[in-house]
Amino acid sequence: MGAGAPARPLRTHQRPAHLNEPRLVRWVLLAIAFAFLGLFLAVPLAAVFLEAFAKGWTAYVEAVREPDAISALVLTLTAAAIAVPLNLVFGVAAGWAIAKFDFRGKNFLLTLIDLPFAVSPVISGMVFVLLFGRQGWVGPWLIDHDWKVVFAVPGIVLATIFVSFPFVAREIIPVMQAMGNEEEEAARVLGASGLQTFFRVTLPNIKWGLLYGVILCNARAMGEFGAVSVVSGHIRGMTNTLPLHVEILYNEYNFQAAFAVASLLACLALVTLLLKTIVERRVHAASPAALEAVGREEPA
Amino acid sequence: MSIEVRDVSKAFGAFKAVDHVTFTVASGELFALLGPSGCGKTTLLRIVAGLETADSGSVLLGGADATDQNARERGVGFVFQHYALFRHMTVFENVAFGLRVRPRENRPSQTVIAKRVRDLLGLVQLDYLSDRYPSQLSGGQRQRVALARALAVEPKVLLLDEPFGALDANVRRDLRKWLRRLHEEIKLTSVFVTHDQEEAFDLADRVVIMNHGRVEQDGHPDVVQDQPATPFVMNFVGTAHRFRGVASNGQARFGDVSVPAPASSEPSERPVSGYTRPYEFEVGTTETGGGFWALVDQAVPAGALTRLTLTAERFGTVNVELPRADAEPVYAAGALVYVTPKRVRVFLEEESLDRHSP
Repeated sequence: MGAGAPARPLRTHQRPAHLNEPRLVRWVLLAIAFAFLGLFLAVPLAAVFLEAFAKGWTAYVEAVREPDAISALVLTLTAAAIAVPLNLVFGVAAGWAIAKFDFRGKNFLLTLIDLPFAVSPVISGMVFVLLFGRQGWVGPWLIDHDWKVVFAVPGIVLATIFVSFPFVAREIIPVMQAMGNEEEEAARVLGASGLQTFFRVTLPNIKWGLLYGVILCNARAMGEFGAVSVVSGHIRGMTNTLPLHVEILYNEYNFQAAFAVASLLACLALVTLLLKTIVERRVHAASPAALEAVGREEPA
Repeated sequence: MSIEVRDVSKAFGAFKAVDHVTFTVASGELFALLGPSGCGKTTLLRIVAGLETADSGSVLLGGADATDQNARERGVGFVFQHYALFRHMTVFENVAFGLRVRPRENRPSQTVIAKRVRDLLGLVQLDYLSDRYPSQLSGGQRQRVALARALAVEPKVLLLDEPFGALDANVRRDLRKWLRRLHEEIKLTSVFVTHDQEEAFDLADRVVIMNHGRVEQDGHPDVVQDQPATPFVMNFVGTAHRFRGVASNGQARFGDVSVPAPASSEPSERPVSGYTRPYEFEVGTTETGGGFWALVDQAVPAGALTRLTLTAERFGTVNVELPRADAEPVYAAGALVYVTPKRVRVFLEEESLDRHSP
């Protein structure tokens, strides 16, 4: 046992020719894939950066350093910084409940978690306006107490949380379900408290899945447009996130500035993607051993 | 430390997993809970460990009521069927876990922990694997790591759930012998769950046989094998031929075979079943009385035994095992033989119908 790396399938060029698809088929498929990606992803992304630098480096720096842009960047990062940790806690709690316990309404909870995926972001934004707006259900009470939610930062944070909350939960529920709870039971019998069990046994087992969920959640939180657009009120320098700021600049025919700010957003996305790739590699590196272990633990 | 299970019941919905079970495990005993799968034995073990709560009844550890204690406080060692090793920890860290999670005031120092873990890994003969991860170990090695981990916290009782269930036959035998020796060495009160009667009889000082959540018999392995308390036990601990007959006035009759049946002393006839193990028959060629004539269908040599498949007019197919030397010259397929059961255990038919299907 533990006899080393599992046998990997040979790569295309290592296999005898008769085991591969005809060269033509391979090339055509590859060409289609790359052409499609190029046309719909690479070209637009390049266009963003080209347009951003169309009037030179100074114009770019100016557009990015403009106070409204800075405040939009800060607001975007703030919203993500609040939404992501909250969704992390929520996701772990929901994942734990669904994977480790049996209770009535489990499927209902699962469906609810998917709700933000199913509902158009604009509608989610409208819901918050309906709830917290001047004519809303709790809005008047909040305004009486001098709490501004809609058309202010709290509304933006709420909308961001709403649209990004399924990611963590969705990512770790299958991981936790596959894990079962024998290890937690073992920890308990060995005298570990609930917190010790969580931090020493559960968390290390789900950490890569969790991180992956957090990255996706973060990407969504920073990029969200629709829901935030509805609740923000578009007050420059106050309630504009980066995507909203881009839209405003664009609508003002200030294309160069719009693209410069958009390039910031694109950079954030690229960093996120890079992190995601790294995490995915770690997950893949970790999983063969884990899978093997699960396979071998089947009763004879 | 002794374990007492008093009138414990547990149901999952309408399914009664454990049904009014009572037994006592003496201090230092190696005790087996034996039964077919789904008989409630694992649930019972988990109740003793505190991983499951009983609907009613109580569990006493060392004479003190532990029913309301949770698993953390009970001080039991538990070895899971699939070991449940912490997959992200090395063998060393797995064994050290129980010591590291202790509250600071009674947590041993690093050096004490390291020494204790090394000692335990020495005990289970795995000290050379302490830096490996569970996925790099074989099934038998994982089993021993799980045992070392359970022993690390110095439990007062050790509970093992199907300890050899997931291992192949050879490893299973070796590990069984090894566990027996280990038990003699450390004399820790141990309860293990198994569906394998050979394993239970080989290893345990005492056996409880369970079926449908109830205790069928509680006793020494010899007693359980020789004096089964119920038809279920009779069939579970080995094969047996079932004779159908009637009993009255303290005698059961199966054709010409007549045996005492103290349970049915009334004069009215009651249906009964008689059970005889394949090695409890005498076979001859002359009618000596108290038996029946049968035709040899098949005679298969099997090591020291010859297995005969016989057909008797009244009793259908009867399987008989004879010592090889006696059997060889005389009985070949087609021969007519006179068969006498040396021993018949009689059970009233109601019991048999209730507890098992023929």
